[in-house]
Amino acid sequence: MSLIKRHWWKVTGVLLVLYSIIMGFLGEVPRLPILNETIRNLYFHVTMWFAMIFILGGSVFYSIRYLSKNQINDDIRAEHMANVGILLGILGIVTGSLWARFTWGGWWVNDPKLNGAAISLLIYLAYVVLRNSMDEEQRRARVAAVYNIFAFVLLIVFLMVYPRMNRVDSLHPGNGGNPAFSSYDLDSNMRLVFYPAVIGWILMGLWLADLSSRIAKIRYKKLSMEAQIDTTVL
Amino acid sequence: MIKKFFITIACLVVFAFPSAAQQQIEMADTFRADGKIYVVVGILSIVFAGIVLFLIRLERKVSRLEKDQMSS
Repeated sequence: MSLIKRHWWKVTGVLLVLYSIIMGFLGEVPRLPILNETIRNLYFHVTMWFAMIFILGGSVFYSIRYLSKNQINDDIRAEHMANVGILLGILGIVTGSLWARFTWGGWWVNDPKLNGAAISLLIYLAYVVLRNSMDEEQRRARVAAVYNIFAFVLLIVFLMVYPRMNRVDSLHPGNGGNPAFSSYDLDSNMRLVFYPAVIGWILMGLWLADLSSRIAKIRYKKLSMEAQIDTTVL
Repeated sequence: MIKKFFITIACLVVFAFPSAAQQQIEMADTFRADGKIYVVVGILSIVFAGIVLFLIRLERKVSRLEKDQMSS
């Protein structure tokens, strides 16, 4: 019973992603020129970005909590959620590039959403570099937390505000004066797969982040225990 | 003159647009009907199941480590 209580969200995530894999290929999709069957990428490419934004939001939550409570566990969680977010972002940009090659005609087109995604990924890579460049634990945690908040704000601006501005042209639905995907390519059939897929990938991402931060916590505890033993021996 | 103009327009409408409207949009219909798409779905599901099994094993290992550390 406690097994279900502890792991229900992981099971839900797995089942939802499995459902999206099956229905993503076998479900009915609208027939649109140029897109053809690649419209199914909505279930696999767009979900990466939705999950990434959610996971990185969670990372910021833990960063803020670290700043207010000063618990190193929150810093560890923030770090590993950011790592998973970066992984999802890289998957999103690579899959998007492949999709663009066959629908927009190039691996990389000069689209504000693509450039915004690239810039925000670089900002998050800088987060990793910044963390690795500092040795002192408290200071690293504090600086990283503050930087994380900035990075998330920039992410929202580059992915959601800038591509939607009227003056920029974007090929993405819902941007640059284009209709949002609700108006044409997300019909009610696709919603039934798309939203479960988003929730499923968010839960999978949370699981990955949970695992890697737990390993990091074990390592941290081990190191601090060893340090204690060293000082008592000396 | 006006009549001629309208006839030209009508001809354009009749002959130019239907070709666009009737254009078949290609989808992998036969691929799904008898083209073994189910095999692809099956294989992708197996790959995903493999990754999930790996994650479950990792989950167990981490829990064991956590327990060991708590008791020590």
